[in-house]
Amino acid sequence: MVPTRLDDALRMLAELPEAEILAGGTDLMNEVNHGSRRPPAVVAVNRVAEMRGWSLDDGDRLHIGAGTTYTDLLEPAFARRCPALTAASRTVGSPQIRNAGTVGGNLGTASPAGDTLPVLAALDAEIVVASAHRTRRLPIAEFITGVKRTALVPGELVVEVVIAAAGPGDVQEYLKVGTRNAMVISVAGLALVVGDGAVRVALGSVGPMPIRATEAEAWAAEHVDWRRRTADLAHFGALVAGAARPIDDHRSTADYRRHAIGVLAARALRRALATGASAA
Amino acid sequence: MTDTATRAPARDGIGASAVRPDGVAKTKGAFAFTSDLFAEGLLWGRTLRSPHASARIRSVDTEAARAIPGVAAVVTALDVPGLPTYGLDEADQPVFAIDVVRYAGEPIAAVAADHPETARRALEAIVVHYEVTDGVYDPEEAFDAPPIHPNGNVFRHVPIRKGDPDATGEVVVEGMYEVGMQDQAFMGPESGLAIPAEDGGVELYISTQWLHVDRDQVAACLDLPPEKVRLTLGGVGGAFGAREDVSLQVHVCLLALRTGRPVRMVYSREESFHGHVHRHPARIWMRHHAGADGRIVKLEARLLLDGGAYQSTSTHVISNAACFASGPYVVPNAVIDGYSVRTNNPPCGAMRGFGAVQACFAHEGQMDKLAAACGLEPVEVRLRNAMAHGDTLVTGQVVAGTLPTRECIEAAAALPLPPDPADDWLARPGGTGRTTDRSDVQRGLGWAVGLKNLMYAEGADDYSTASCRLEGGFAVITSAAAEVGQGFVTLAAQIGRTVLGIDDVTLGPAQTATIGSAGSTSASRQTWMSGGAVEAACVAVRAQVLAHVAASRGVPVAELALVDGRIASADGSVDVAVAEAAPGVVFEATEEFHHHRTHPLDAGGQGQAHVAFAVACHRAVVDVDAELGLVRVVQIATGQDVGKALNPLAVRGQIEGGIAQGVGLAVLEEIVLDKGRIRNPSFTDYLIPTALDMPEVVATLIEQPEPGAPFGAKGVGEAPTVSSHAAVVAAIRAATGLDLARCPVRPQDIALAPRVAG
Amino acid sequence: MTEVQEHYTLRVNGRDHAVEDAWLGESLLYVLRERLGLPGSKSGCEQGECGSCSVTVDGVLVCACLVLAASAVETEILTIEGLAGPDDPMTVVQEAFVTEGGVQCGFCTPGLVMAVHDLLERIPEPSDLEVREAISGNLCRCTGYGRVLAAVQQAVARGVRG
Repeated sequence: MVPTRLDDALRMLAELPEAEILAGGTDLMNEVNHGSRRPPAVVAVNRVAEMRGWSLDDGDRLHIGAGTTYTDLLEPAFARRCPALTAASRTVGSPQIRNAGTVGGNLGTASPAGDTLPVLAALDAEIVVASAHRTRRLPIAEFITGVKRTALVPGELVVEVVIAAAGPGDVQEYLKVGTRNAMVISVAGLALVVGDGAVRVALGSVGPMPIRATEAEAWAAEHVDWRRRTADLAHFGALVAGAARPIDDHRSTADYRRHAIGVLAARALRRALATGASAA
Repeated sequence: MTDTATRAPARDGIGASAVRPDGVAKTKGAFAFTSDLFAEGLLWGRTLRSPHASARIRSVDTEAARAIPGVAAVVTALDVPGLPTYGLDEADQPVFAIDVVRYAGEPIAAVAADHPETARRALEAIVVHYEVTDGVYDPEEAFDAPPIHPNGNVFRHVPIRKGDPDATGEVVVEGMYEVGMQDQAFMGPESGLAIPAEDGGVELYISTQWLHVDRDQVAACLDLPPEKVRLTLGGVGGAFGAREDVSLQVHVCLLALRTGRPVRMVYSREESFHGHVHRHPARIWMRHHAGADGRIVKLEARLLLDGGAYQSTSTHVISNAACFASGPYVVPNAVIDGYSVRTNNPPCGAMRGFGAVQACFAHEGQMDKLAAACGLEPVEVRLRNAMAHGDTLVTGQVVAGTLPTRECIEAAAALPLPPDPADDWLARPGGTGRTTDRSDVQRGLGWAVGLKNLMYAEGADDYSTASCRLEGGFAVITSAAAEVGQGFVTLAAQIGRTVLGIDDVTLGPAQTATIGSAGSTSASRQTWMSGGAVEAACVAVRAQVLAHVAASRGVPVAELALVDGRIASADGSVDVAVAEAAPGVVFEATEEFHHHRTHPLDAGGQGQAHVAFAVACHRAVVDVDAELGLVRVVQIATGQDVGKALNPLAVRGQIEGGIAQGVGLAVLEEIVLDKGRIRNPSFTDYLIPTALDMPEVVATLIEQPEPGAPFGAKGVGEAPTVSSHAAVVAAIRAATGLDLARCPVRPQDIALAPRVAG
Repeated sequence: MTEVQEHYTLRVNGRDHAVEDAWLGESLLYVLRERLGLPGSKSGCEQGECGSCSVTVDGVLVCACLVLAASAVETEILTIEGLAGPDDPMTVVQEAFVTEGGVQCGFCTPGLVMAVHDLLERIPEPSDLEVREAISGNLCRCTGYGRVLAAVQQAVARGVRG
């Protein structure tokens, strides 16, 4: 089942509720090859043209098709509009993986280590989900419900992600720690978005879902001096680290993850101050 | 790279950087790896492996599996007709587990089916009742724990006593070092194609390091005479020690014989991690006594290697580790005890460096401590203790060949340092993760020198056989030496061209049926041993050709020479092309090449145990983000003792590849175990260096021809891996001021280390 | 196999190939190697981690192990076997790999060659870091990448575009 139109894809999903959705294959095929998933049917959506690509609406919001690949998001034109998502995309896998993997797939899999997820969480992304019967919009915090669990019901497909584009004076940072310099699952990831008078921080790989460090955000709104470009970076880092709920696993330890996320936070803020962000 | 070897003139003989004869096919995807081989009607084989590290098997029920349409056979321990166990030294490893499981991943059964997915479902349909039992996962506990196997839990204790055990020195430095379990992680997973033969035997196409030893074990397990088990080397996707032990050989042949059809087995990557031996993890305590001038007086050491559930080559790995605990240094007095023990962890065996790698991590950590205690530079303390030709090892053996330790160190030191990093995320620790700004980076530099033996030791006669056949100016060389990527096939042809003076030299297939054993592709031995056998066979053929021409022309043999494809006499009366010199005549010779005899170590670890030695020095430069514990290895400079570079390009490839594995061991690679279960059996989580992790490598080859070695050449494969990891960790210590006692160094080891004030 | 059998056509290296009675879950890598007689792409991990199976689908470099074969219909698939044109025994990149010592066991080589071709089409004169990033999805255990990087430089020096 390789539809090229969205309405065909949705119809197929409605007719075959047991079908697996295949986008870039980087998650599903991994499991099929391993023998841990045996889809009775597959609807491949990577050729649905309506789901690929991005656009900017009049309200300066980015509409990113769920079938947009990480490579697509590396385009300079997109990078200007959402530098953090471009930065996150560059950290994903290899060129081969970036050519195939999609934003929609990253959301649909909802791994705690998903590279785009902290960025989308920091940007309060809206996830557009469609089925043959209806279209609904969910804030990302409602879309991801647990470790590899989403609010999708059978027959539904992520079709679009909507985020505010970066405005002039905005700063976006994305930092990710992995043990290897390339091709590595995130051990701690952090997105920092400064703009519109607000500081938003979202953490990845340090909890079952992306975490918004709300205490740190509130503190930053009060205590970062954007004019003088100063802040107690260590305190910011400590607040962020306090928001993390990391675990020990074979990739890393909870202690290290908590430590690392605090360091990432301090550095992200340091960079934001240096690059002339104005949260005023 | 500073290339101190001279290039040979035009023709690709010894000393030339001849290109691989299989290179074109490999770049076109036309080279046949064992996993690419096809046979009509072939079945797919898969193995069922135990999820438990220690258990009793109460029952194995294969009925449901056998009933699945498309399943041709299911076999278990009950179906093994011959010896139920195999092993390189001790046949202690069951073909399929019998009654008891000793490691997570141990084979229980195998199936053959018409599609790999059917085979997978058949495995799921096999019902095994396990009774999980307590296992031993800490090697220290192995000594007193109940025997995991009737042979007991201590594979070997190697004591070495040299000189005065009570000698002391003014300066004493001590440390406890740990090396994690590394995996060979070759790119081409295990694969074999077995085809039942009409004579009741079996043809096996296999990726292996040693055809004949595989054959012998398979024959014993299948209760077949060796001549009915015919092995042919397929294309091998790397080895690094992981293909010395039998993995799927018996399984795939058994399935082929049972079904009467060709059976192919190819491991998935996950199964590959479970299906081969790993590098022994080690805990090593060392205490060096030295004078105030830094000269070593005595070494005390205790080395403990975890050999896992079955013996494999554990008795030899610990021997190496103990013998080379002293490193390439003059150590007049030594009290060394090495132990390799059995646990319920995955079996460990050969991996590039074979015990010397682990020992080197410890002794190089010690040398830096010694330098600091004596107020010496790391290079200086090493130079002061460096071994050379004529010095005595802790085993009492005098180094009779070359050993340019000093020259290797000085050469590495002379190589230029790298520039400061470019202002690019990719040039800093953390890479594309953009974690690290320039101000977060500290650079460090570290040293290590390592010693390795060449060829097998302690009395083993690891000979090699080769034949040469010359007809009409074309020569075919036959050797069973396993080409695993290292370039033996290139070298063999170079030797043939040099000795026979002709260009047209090709290699025949490597098969047990047509040629005797070449020994293992390991221990840095093939250039010396199989190169020696090829040389001997070609020399014999050359003598035959010259004798033939001399007789037919009535000229004394002594006046004839074979050069540049022609046979000529000094006075010019004879001048004929080799191709035309003896039409219709076939010249053939088969030669066995042995190295000189070695001897076992005695009860005090003394003996002429080793054939020859090679040394290499590594200098590592790293950039460290200490707050996050991230490391980028910037450059590794090396001086390596190669005897003679028979193919400089290939030598460079071995150096760079061996250093990559050292970088991996230093900062990336570890099999993580949880009560004997591998937690990271995938490339997602067992991280080997990518192109972005690999440093620049600059190298100087030190060529002091080794007496007695064919062409004076030493094997070069292992030395780059023996000390490069230690140099990287030393550099991280220098950058951070931390006393890192373990490798691989993980981010938390740096970032969360307690920092000593002042 | 007792499951619903798939039938479809794949266009590989310019030729149409009929695939019959295939299991739905077969990857493009499996179909290329086991059904279409094209074993040049290698199976090193089946997870997209090693890059040994790199092919291009509609000109885009991907891991064939992560492509569901049945979903690759109506695309142009290029494998290592199709890289050199009918009149060239091999490409300049392939030749450089051979002459510069970039090949040892060769298992990673087809995937690496595909990745390098893809790189040079996008960036004809890449910097060292650009090359490293472009091949970071191709694991090699034998060479340590040194001679591979030299091969890419050699191909660039000869003015080759992929």
